[in-house]
Amino acid sequence: MTAEALRVEDVRKAFGKLEVLRGIDLVLAEHEVVCLIGASGSGKSTLLRCVNLLEPIDAGRIVVGGQEITTRGVDVNRVRRGIGIVFQSFNLFPHMTVRENVTLAPRKARSLSRREADEVATRLLDRFGLADKRDEYPDRLSGGQQQRVAIVRALAMEPRLLLLDEITSALDPELVAEVLDVIRELAAGGMTMLIATHEMGFARDVAHRVCFLDAGRILEEGRPEQLFEAPREERTKQFLQRIVAAGRL
Amino acid sequence: MVARSPGWPAFKAYFFDWGYYKESFPEILDAFWVNVKLFCIAEVIILPAALLLAVLRSLPGPVFFPIRALAIVYADLFRGIPTILVIFMLGFGMPALGLDWIPDSQFFWAVVALVLVYTAYVSEVYRAGIESVHPSQAAAARSLGLTHSQSLRHVVLPQAVRRVIPPLLNDFIGLQKDTALVGALGVVEAFRQSQIDQAATFNGTYYLVAATLFVAITIPLARFTDWLVARDRRRQQAGRLA
Repeated sequence: MTAEALRVEDVRKAFGKLEVLRGIDLVLAEHEVVCLIGASGSGKSTLLRCVNLLEPIDAGRIVVGGQEITTRGVDVNRVRRGIGIVFQSFNLFPHMTVRENVTLAPRKARSLSRREADEVATRLLDRFGLADKRDEYPDRLSGGQQQRVAIVRALAMEPRLLLLDEITSALDPELVAEVLDVIRELAAGGMTMLIATHEMGFARDVAHRVCFLDAGRILEEGRPEQLFEAPREERTKQFLQRIVAAGRL
Repeated sequence: MVARSPGWPAFKAYFFDWGYYKESFPEILDAFWVNVKLFCIAEVIILPAALLLAVLRSLPGPVFFPIRALAIVYADLFRGIPTILVIFMLGFGMPALGLDWIPDSQFFWAVVALVLVYTAYVSEVYRAGIESVHPSQAAAARSLGLTHSQSLRHVVLPQAVRRVIPPLLNDFIGLQKDTALVGALGVVEAFRQSQIDQAATFNGTYYLVAATLFVAITIPLARFTDWLVARDRRRQQAGRLA
C-alpha cells in the first residue's frame, strides 16, 4: 500500500441526544477500497456525510490526502471538489439533462469552459455506456441509468476519493448489477473508495477491507474472506447470520 | 329568482343600460390603460424584488441573522397592513412632506405601495417554492463543490420557481384587481373614471364597463395558469411512466 488517502480519528457525531458516531477510527490508503457494513442506523451514511463535510463533526478529526479538513478556516468547497459522493437516492438535478448534470460542477467549481466540461462528460458517459442518454432528462432513465449518471457526475470532478452511500439500495434487483459493474471497473482502475453497502457479495468481491459498524463504532474490520467467513465478534456473527437468513449472502 | 325580485326593473335600468355602456366604453378603456401601466410596472419590480427577499430569508448561519430578521419584519408588516392603507399613507403622506427630492406624483406612490405590499406576498410564494425543493438537491450540489450561492442559483431556484409559477400568476391577478384601489388617491384609472361618470348621470352601468375590462384580462390569465398546471402534471406523469 502507498500513501494515505483518508484518516478518520476518533470522530464523534450526535443528532440531539442520539449519538450516531461514537469514536470512529479509520485509515484508507490510496487505491484502497473499503466497505462499511452494518445494520441500518449503525452510522455508515453519517460517517460518509461527515467525510464530505455535509455534516459537521462534534469531535475528532478527518484528514484527506495529508490535509486536515475538520479545522476552522478550511475552504469546504475546495475540500468537497476532491471528494466525490454518490447517494442512495441518486439526487440528480431533474431540471437538467444528463450532460448538464455532469458538466455543471466542472464548469462552476473547476472553472472549465463549456467545451472542456463537455469533453470530460462525453468521455465518461461513453465509458459507462451512457453516450446515447446525454440529452435525456433524468426522469426518462431507469434507476440503474440514473445511478450511473450520478457516479459519472461525481467522477467528472476528478475526485481523489469516492464515497458511495448504499448506491444500490433504491434499485430494482435486476438493475443492481449494472451499477456494481461500474464500481468494479473503478476499483480495478485504482480509485480510492469508501463504500457503505448492504450487498455482501459485492463487498466480498470488490473490497480490500471490510469494516463492521455497530452502534456508532467500528466493531470489527478485516479482509473480506476473514470477516465474512470467520468473524471474531459475536455481534458480527449475528449480523451476518441475519443477512444469510435474508438470502443476501 | 333574481329577475322576479321586486327591485329588478330598477336594478336592470341602473346597471345594464346598453346606451351608457357603449357611450362610456372608450373613455373607461382609456382610463383602464392606467391600471395596465400600474400593474405592469409594479409586476416587473415585484418579481425580482420578491425573489431577492425570499433568498435573503433563506441565508444560513448566525452571520445573516440581522438580514433574515429584517426580511421577516418587512414581510410581516406589509402582509398585515390592508393595501388601501398603504396606498393612502404613501399617496397622500409622501407628497405632503413637501420635500423637493420626493416625487409628488400619486401614480408614482401608487406603484410604490403596490410593490411594497405585493413583494411581501410574492416573496412568501417563492419561499414556499424554495422550501419545497428537497434538501438532498442542495446537498448533492454542495457535495460537488458548488458554493451556497451557486447551488441556489443553478439547482434550487430553477426548480423552486418552476413549481410556483401558478401561485405567482394568481398573485399577479390579485395585483391587477388591486390597481382599482389606487383610484382612491384621485388617480383616474378605470374604477375612478366609472365613479366620475356615475356621479354625472346617476347610472351604474359604468361599473359594469370597468368590471368587464378587468375580467377581460384576468380570465385569460386564469386559463393560462390552469393550462400551465395541467401541463406540469402531464409532464410529471409522463416522467413516472417512462
